[in-house]
Amino acid sequence: METTMSQFQTVPLQYYIIFCSALFSIGVVGVLSKRNALVIFMSVELMLNSANLLLTAFSAYRNDPAGQIFVFFIMVVAAAEVAIGLGLLVVVFRSTKTIDIQVLNKLKW
Amino acid sequence: MQLLPILLIVFPLLGFLLLGLTQKLMSKSTAGILASSVIFINLVIATVLFNFVSSNNETLTTFLFNWINVGSLNIPFEFVVDRLSALMLLIINGVGLMIHIYSIGYMKEDEANNRFFSYLNLFVFFMLILVLSSNYLVLFIGWEGVGLSSYLLIGFWFKDHANNDAAKKAFIYNRIGDLGFLIAMFLLYTNFHSLTISEIAAKASTLEIGNPTLMVITLCLFVGATGKSAQIPLFTWLPDAMAGPTPVSALIHAATMVTAGIYLIARSSVLFVLSPITLNIILIIGTTTAIVAGLIAIYQNDIKKILAYSTVSQLGFLFMAVGLGSFTGAMFHLFTHAFFKALLFLAAGSVIHALNNEQDIRKMGGLSKKIPATFALFVIGTIAISGLPPFAGFFSKELILGVAYEHSLTMGLVATLVSLLTSIYMFRLLFVVFLKPESDAVKANHHVHESPKTMLLPMSILAFFSMVVGFINIPALFSENHQFENYLAPIFEISHKLVPSHETIPNVTEEWSILLLPLLVIVSIILFSYKRFVNEKALQSASGLTSLMADKFYFDEIYDFIIVKPSIFISNFFRTIVDQTILNSFIDSIGSSTLLIGNYVRRLQSGNTGLYLLLMVFSIITVLFLNIIL
Repeated sequence: METTMSQFQTVPLQYYIIFCSALFSIGVVGVLSKRNALVIFMSVELMLNSANLLLTAFSAYRNDPAGQIFVFFIMVVAAAEVAIGLGLLVVVFRSTKTIDIQVLNKLKW
Repeated sequence: MQLLPILLIVFPLLGFLLLGLTQKLMSKSTAGILASSVIFINLVIATVLFNFVSSNNETLTTFLFNWINVGSLNIPFEFVVDRLSALMLLIINGVGLMIHIYSIGYMKEDEANNRFFSYLNLFVFFMLILVLSSNYLVLFIGWEGVGLSSYLLIGFWFKDHANNDAAKKAFIYNRIGDLGFLIAMFLLYTNFHSLTISEIAAKASTLEIGNPTLMVITLCLFVGATGKSAQIPLFTWLPDAMAGPTPVSALIHAATMVTAGIYLIARSSVLFVLSPITLNIILIIGTTTAIVAGLIAIYQNDIKKILAYSTVSQLGFLFMAVGLGSFTGAMFHLFTHAFFKALLFLAAGSVIHALNNEQDIRKMGGLSKKIPATFALFVIGTIAISGLPPFAGFFSKELILGVAYEHSLTMGLVATLVSLLTSIYMFRLLFVVFLKPESDAVKANHHVHESPKTMLLPMSILAFFSMVVGFINIPALFSENHQFENYLAPIFEISHKLVPSHETIPNVTEEWSILLLPLLVIVSIILFSYKRFVNEKALQSASGLTSLMADKFYFDEIYDFIIVKPSIFISNFFRTIVDQTILNSFIDSIGSSTLLIGNYVRRLQSGNTGLYLLLMVFSIITVLFLNIIL
């Protein structure tokens, strides 16, 4: 364990931060630019995982396992959320034959 | 012995709850008998207590619990039986019992008979709290409670709107008086740090005569008393209160509740003797009330209204006695008045009953042959109230007249005038109702009937007391034995020590003139009114000055003009201008502006998910950005 930790620490922390920020930004751009609800959903997962990665990185650098444990919780919640989200998409697709968010604009005033 | 005062209030309360909760279940006769037996038990207890306090000269204090105990304010729920309250207990329960029994017969036909009896018991309950209480605040519970029962009973036949109006009038007039009472209590507490009557009396007796604080306090108490005891300017509710059933008029509006004001003043006698200015005001108000009400009574045509004005006049007479410093005289007249005025009301009720709810004396006449027993009882009552010897009224009036002559000759003559007014309107009533030739209405009515025994018996007992009760305090002229004065002496001992009493015994020639002068005049009045009223033109309509009296000196109209009309005007102003125009438009504009803004803002919710996401992301960025720079 100790050796893994020290191997992690050979990569500078800035790299992790830059990498996660890039990943997060890709997610944000994906959410904003895509019309397919499934792709938006994937982009959201991307943002979530960039945050997870950052948490583990900080955890490793600070020698504090709390961050890694936290990540497990996030993953469990994310799995549950994915189940519901995908279920919703299936239902939407069945009734409208599309998951294009530009078309799904019935829910308004 | 300590328990008896508690039992006194427990029984009527039980009676009220039992009758009130099982109104429809219980038969009418059971309800009447139950209510009466409750009062009968009370009368027995009251007699025991009376014997106790009159044989040993001590007061019986029963402590129930600490009612209010906050900081320095400590108000115990405590009952005191002394000679004054024992006397009131006898009056309330004695007269009350007679009226309960009478009501069994009188209210038999009424469908709400059980409700009536439950209210009567409730009234007795509150009246007992009033007289038994050892401090002003608990007294105030009883004070308000009797006002409530009075309201309920005046408006007893609530299907007729006029009765409800009368009930409300009585209630509202009493509230005005109660305000005075409340202010007096606040002042008493700030000045004496206690509301217990005996403690206040002890502390006040160290003050000098004419203390301005005491004057304000006693004036406020007197305002309370004018409301409850129907004095000018708050007296017009009492004649209207006759809308209630006749037994109620007899019990509440003649014998007991309306005397609560006198009782309050007698209880606080120490405070009052130390405020000569207040006593003078009481004297003026009492005398004016007695004369005004007496004059009005002469020209009324409703049998109960005449008796009501008579009550107001007699109460004025009582206040006059108090104003002269004669608490004993006032209490004695209160005592005798309770009997004969209750008798007169019950007899009037008997007349009304005989004529199927006819109250207008113009439609009566010649009833002496048709209902002789009621006639005889009414005669006894009339003689007693007019102050003819040897009936009760003679002795009590003589006591007050003696004090009045002692005060000054003018005062004495005024007092004599008041008692003469009594005999004028009473004999007018007697002659017109019973001896005048029969009116057409009576001739046409073939169902004129004497009242049942349940009504005649209590009246006879009251008549008996009206005849003999005066002998407990025989005028100084005939005997040195002043039982009543001696009985009440311990109560007013402190006040008499503080201020030398006017209640000195007048000398023999004065006494004779006080006795004989009114008597001669009364006899001539009787002869005159016999001639005047026992014929067909007895009731010609009033004209000139007399129409002023017939129209009750326009008191109601004046109040209407000064108070009711302006308050209606102000209420209308606030309703239309302030509420409907200003406040309403303000509140409405809040609603309409919300609607307007909502109309624009709702366009943001376009249904376009991409837009929502964009907004969300930009909002989060804005929040983060703000977080950094702030």
